[in-house]
Amino acid sequence: MSYLLEAVDLKMQFGGLMAVNGVNLHVNKNEIVSVIGPNGAGKTTVFNCLTGFYEPTGGVIKFEDGEIQGVPGHLISRKGMVRTFQHVRLFKEMSVVENLLVAQHRHLNTNFLSGLFKTKSYRDAEKKALAQAKFWLDKVNLTEFSDREAGNLAYGQQRRLEIARCMVTQPKLIMLDEPAAGLNPTETAELNQLISDLRSDFDMTVLLIEHDMKLVMDISDRIYVVNQGMPLAHGTPAEIQNNPEVIKAYLGEE
Amino acid sequence: MKMNRLLSALIPALVFIFLAFPLLGVDMSPQNLRLVVSLAPSSNLTLILTAGFAIFLFQYFKFSITRIADVVKVKVIDNNVENLEFKTLFASYWFWAILVISLFAWPLLVGSSTSLDISIKVLIYVMLGLGLNVVVGLAGLLDLGYVGFYAVGAYCYGMLNFYFDIGFWVALPISVFAAATAGFLLGFPVLRLRGDYLAIVTLGFGEIIRILLNNLSSITGGPNGLNGIDKPTLFGLEITKRLKIDKENGQTIYDFFGFDYDRMYMMMVIYFLALIMVFFCLFVINRLQRMPIGRAWEALREDEIACRSLGLNRTAIKLSAFTIGASTAGFAGAFFAAYQGSISPESFIFFESAIILAIVVLGGMGSQLGVILAAIVLTALPEMAREFNDYRMLVFGALMVLMMIWRPQGFIQTKRPTIDLNGESKA
Repeated sequence: MSYLLEAVDLKMQFGGLMAVNGVNLHVNKNEIVSVIGPNGAGKTTVFNCLTGFYEPTGGVIKFEDGEIQGVPGHLISRKGMVRTFQHVRLFKEMSVVENLLVAQHRHLNTNFLSGLFKTKSYRDAEKKALAQAKFWLDKVNLTEFSDREAGNLAYGQQRRLEIARCMVTQPKLIMLDEPAAGLNPTETAELNQLISDLRSDFDMTVLLIEHDMKLVMDISDRIYVVNQGMPLAHGTPAEIQNNPEVIKAYLGEE
Repeated sequence: MKMNRLLSALIPALVFIFLAFPLLGVDMSPQNLRLVVSLAPSSNLTLILTAGFAIFLFQYFKFSITRIADVVKVKVIDNNVENLEFKTLFASYWFWAILVISLFAWPLLVGSSTSLDISIKVLIYVMLGLGLNVVVGLAGLLDLGYVGFYAVGAYCYGMLNFYFDIGFWVALPISVFAAATAGFLLGFPVLRLRGDYLAIVTLGFGEIIRILLNNLSSITGGPNGLNGIDKPTLFGLEITKRLKIDKENGQTIYDFFGFDYDRMYMMMVIYFLALIMVFFCLFVINRLQRMPIGRAWEALREDEIACRSLGLNRTAIKLSAFTIGASTAGFAGAFFAAYQGSISPESFIFFESAIILAIVVLGGMGSQLGVILAAIVLTALPEMAREFNDYRMLVFGALMVLMMIWRPQGFIQTKRPTIDLNGESKA
């Protein structure tokens, strides 16, 4: 049985600091998996290694059976593994639709001459991209803001736009880095719904970093706990909730 | 609100008058060894005041003008997904038609070859500004050595013509290609750098080109440069007074149409060529801006990391911006060489880069209309006020400082193209 994404003995060292040390994880197709851990545990570093933003010091990462450690980030994302960021990274001065069009760059006709003369294949590709953008804007309830500058959206809307921007790239795996950070309870509930929909309606596989325990426990099939760069526990939400090691890491010893 | 509007209209008008007055409003005449400063003739003063008033009116009624434009825009609502298409903001075609016609009629209005000379210079700077706008305004790469590519284009045509007698129209694409290659080659090592570092390296590149031109005397003619470069021909007809290129079988445009040579006619032809070249640049860059690559440039300026996470290849995108910018400079450079007839390293000093950069910044980064306006302001005004050559830099500096304080976004703020998700495009 092969996994969609698998990391074995992942290591990331910054000088003398072992930010990630021996993390193993795997994600099955159509699964929602969370990575949790106290602040500074190395969760985002794991993400950065997986998506090619860092070249891991050691370990093997496999995505659909191909090894991807050390592959440049933009190539990994073209394989179908896209991520959002802990701090929203939108193209702030561009409009909402433009954000979604940029994300579809590699699905578009980028030929210089066909764009210059607006050939049929060029216009068709643009149309398709727009339709795709509209579809996802509807999905995340941002259609009415399509011409608004992305930087002017409310925070929760920016978060949703970032997810939509990932989805228009037609990925196989979407990685969300603290998607609920800064959201109010209503927005978090909507996010919960959105992530569930991604899985049920679009066959998406989701890897999640999150601090909002309610969301994590609600939605995840499995959870990995990381502490100080080391794997601490792994299991279903129920197992994790009752794991004494995890409770100790979060709350300290009694 | 109303007060605010009044103020925001009054300030630009006053700034204009403040800046224009020392340039045009005072007359300085040497008397014996002293310089006597007196008030300029009243015609100049009325001119300044009228222009100031026009600026005030425009600023004050700006909102009403855009509102009218909005009303004119016909909104078609159609939920058919098949009909999704782009809709551009600049809707009023008649406005553009009038503008284009008046641009072509311009030489008939001005009637002196000096003002045409200035107009042609402005057009060259418009081209340069448009090109640099791609690099700095859209892709956000600070390039301080832009004049280097301009020099490559100019010398490419200059040398091809000087040594091999190759005509302008054949040499033009070669010059563009040469400048593009220079941009591409420089881009490779340099684009790993960011911000300030990139600026310093490009600055060095511009200087290297100039010093090379200065010292490769055997090829480039050194500080004297190259002389006697041919003017462009018009469908094989020469535009100079006497036949220069093909002395036996050639024909001048004046013989062909049967009227006498006048320097004005020649300038007019060159002006029209420049105008057509500017429109060509405008068209290509405007299309590029709306194409996926143009959006990618802007996305890269906004957030490189996000670009990477979405599968955009940074290096390729940066290189394309650099190359497009460089080739535009090469295009303008070849034309410059043909127009001047002689080139020397003098014309490609760092100061030129600074002016072109100022045009882009002053115009409003990324805005094509802004670049055009700024090119006019920064090139035409100093030329018109040649007498105040000494104060040129002073006024220039003051203008830049004031602009940065009051209007850091430049003359014209870039408008995002409105993209209609549901409607039908009109074009």
